[in-house]
Formats: sequence, C-alpha cells, structure tokens
Amino acid sequence: MLGLLVLVIRRDLVLAMRRRADVLTTLIFFVMVVSLFPLGVGPEMDMLRKMAAGVLWVAALLSSMLSLGRLFSADYLDGTLEQMMLAPQSLSMLVLGKMVAHWMVSGLPLVLMAPVLGLQFDMPVQALGVLIIGLLLGTPVLSMIGAIGAALTLGLRGGGVLLSLLVLPLCIPVLIFGTGAVEAVSTGLSAASHLSLLGALLVLALVSTPWVTAQALRISME
Amino acid sequence: MLEVSNLACSRGDHRLFSGLSFALHAGQIMQVQGANGSGKTSLLRTLCGFLMPDEGAITWRGESIRDLDEEYYAEMLYLGHLNAIKDELSALENLRISAGLSGMELDEKEALAALRRMGLRGRERLPTKVLSQGQRRRVALARLLVSDAQLWVLDEPLTALDVGAVTLIQELVAEHLTRQGMVIFTTHQPLEVAGVEMRSLSLS
Repeated sequence: MLGLLVLVIRRDLVLAMRRRADVLTTLIFFVMVVSLFPLGVGPEMDMLRKMAAGVLWVAALLSSMLSLGRLFSADYLDGTLEQMMLAPQSLSMLVLGKMVAHWMVSGLPLVLMAPVLGLQFDMPVQALGVLIIGLLLGTPVLSMIGAIGAALTLGLRGGGVLLSLLVLPLCIPVLIFGTGAVEAVSTGLSAASHLSLLGALLVLALVSTPWVTAQALRISME
Repeated sequence: MLEVSNLACSRGDHRLFSGLSFALHAGQIMQVQGANGSGKTSLLRTLCGFLMPDEGAITWRGESIRDLDEEYYAEMLYLGHLNAIKDELSALENLRISAGLSGMELDEKEALAALRRMGLRGRERLPTKVLSQGQRRRVALARLLVSDAQLWVLDEPLTALDVGAVTLIQELVAEHLTRQGMVIFTTHQPLEVAGVEMRSLSLS
C-alpha cells in the first residue's frame, strides 16, 4: 500500500522534473499576478499591507487551477491511466499519490515563494508566518479538490474552463479561512481558530477526496 | 476460468452485440474477429471492467469480476491500443514502473533481460520519445515477459511490429499457454501458435 504511494509520487516527480517548463509556468504565473497588484493600485503602503493576504491567496488559487488540467490528462491520453485502474491495488491510494506529487510540484513552490512576495507588500513578520502556515494547510486542499474536477472533466473539450468553474466555488472556504487567519493576526487576535478550521478541511479532504476522485475517474473511463 | 454469459454491450444508442456467451479455460486461446466497429475493443474493455455491460455477467473462477475487483486484476494483464508508456521515461523506467503498478517488484537485471529479449538491446536507457513506433510497442509488450498474470487480454498486439517481433510474440503466447495461461486477443494480422487449437469468436 505504502509502496504504491511512494512509487506513484516518485514517478510523478521524475516526470515533472523532465518537463520542468510546466512546473515553472505555475510559479512564474503566481509571481507575476502578485507583482502586478502594487503596480496597478499604486504604492500606498497601508493599502498594500491590508490587501496582501487576499492577493496572495487569490493568486495561489488561480495558479493552482493552471496545473490541474495536466493532473490526469497526460496519463489518460497515453493509456497509463487504464493500466492504473487495472492495478490490483487501491485506486484511491494511487490517486492520493498523484495528488501529493501534484501538490509538491505546484503547491509547495508557491508556499516557499510566498514570504518573498509578502515582503513586497510590507507584511509584518507575524502575519507572514501565519500566511505561510495557512498556505501550507490550504494548498494541499486546493490540489485535492481540484483533482475531483480534473477527473470529472477528463477527456472533455474545453475542459479547462469548465474545470475552473467547477472547482473555484468549492475552494472558497479555503480562501476565507486562509485570509481570515492573516486578518486576525493583523488585528491582534489569535489565528488559531482559522488555522484549525483549515486543518480540519485538510483532514476532511485527505479522507474523502481520493475516493471521490477514483470514482470520478472510473466514470470518465467509460 | 473466464466465463461470459449472455453479454450485451452498446455504445451510445448503438447495440454492438448481445447474447454473447463463451468460456475460456486454462491453456486456451481465443481470437475475437469482426469488422471495424463490430465491438472487439468494447468486448475486451468490458472484460477489463472499464465498461459496464448492458446485460449479462462476466465471471472469473465462478465469481463476478465486479465483486472480485482487485483479486481479478491481479490475475489479468491488459494491453490496449495505447502503449501506456511515458515519452519522458526510458524503456527501463517504463517497464519497472508498470510492473510496480501491477504489484510486483522488478529489479534492474530482470527488466533489462526482458527488454533485450524484446530486441531493444542498447536502447534500454534512451527516453522512449526517441524510439520508433514499433520499438515503443516492443517496450509495452515487454510487460508480457515480466508479468505472472494468468489471463492476457491483448487488443491488436501486433500493430506496428515487424516480422521478427511477430514471431517473438507467437513464441511468448505459446509459452504462456503451456504454463496453463489464457489468452484472448484481437488482430487483423495472422497470429499462429503451433500445437494449440485457436478458438475464434465472431462479432457481427
């Protein structure tokens, strides 16, 4: 069981490393979107500080959408997905492996990049810390919810847009609690409640989304 | 033993076949014949559980494949139109990963031996995107050498293969049958296996 998880994660990471351009586009998109805001709204420190968390979170949400289309489509097109479904092991486990690998490639770089971008907005250190913890808890949820959408829209033409329409509304709670945590800290309150809700979402997603995604894949294969 | 009874299958509104029944026992080989669009691939995909039949049942050793699920998959190997190999990975990596997915550890030596038998000597470590169509098919077919599945479901295994490779596949199938394996396949090219009665199933 665990062997399968490690095998799938390692395989997807090797593939991602050999297609580095795909990984970089997500990250560069994130950096660009975030950097455009100070240019657009002007260099007013107070305003930038206030909107920093929201901007970073929305940008993370959008850039995580970018890479979702590739989550299953390459495997679907070359037949690997068929073979995965015939593996005499749990498809949910295999899907979980793909989700983890997807997060490591498209979510984790965003989390690591966030402090640098936060400094652009003159975020205080404490708020930065909470932002990073929030992203660390929240971005895996985005990958996992996104995987359901990616599985449902597999093989559809124009699936990319449909995917965003399906997935973005489901990601709203993550956005609310993620930005809420930073807001709470900035106003001198504790961020614990928001962060624990994010943690709860993460656990809920970990338990339920692999199974739901596996079922969606079975439907898409028919 | 694979048993199909009263199977009916349709794609969209079009009924491909109905009332299809057959049984495949250990050591037997069956060729599915029919014109393009007669449902050969759909039949094989139904046997894999990708498609739900409209009617009828598929059983493996007396139990429905839906109930057996993973136990059934452990004993079958499917090779479809698509090669299921990754362009970015080498032949060796592809083979070892697909073996890993089907639940068996394959060390480098065994994988290399299988690829060499498939005529890929010297190309084991090249990314498969630089290989020709036929060579890629050989990488996919190398799975037959390393698998211990009893039931082989092969959809057009001979496409893009040269004469030498076709002979090799015939040998592999013959070896598999003497090990009490079962094969069900489709092809538009002649595939002859010495000393075994070839059963055929016509879809119309």
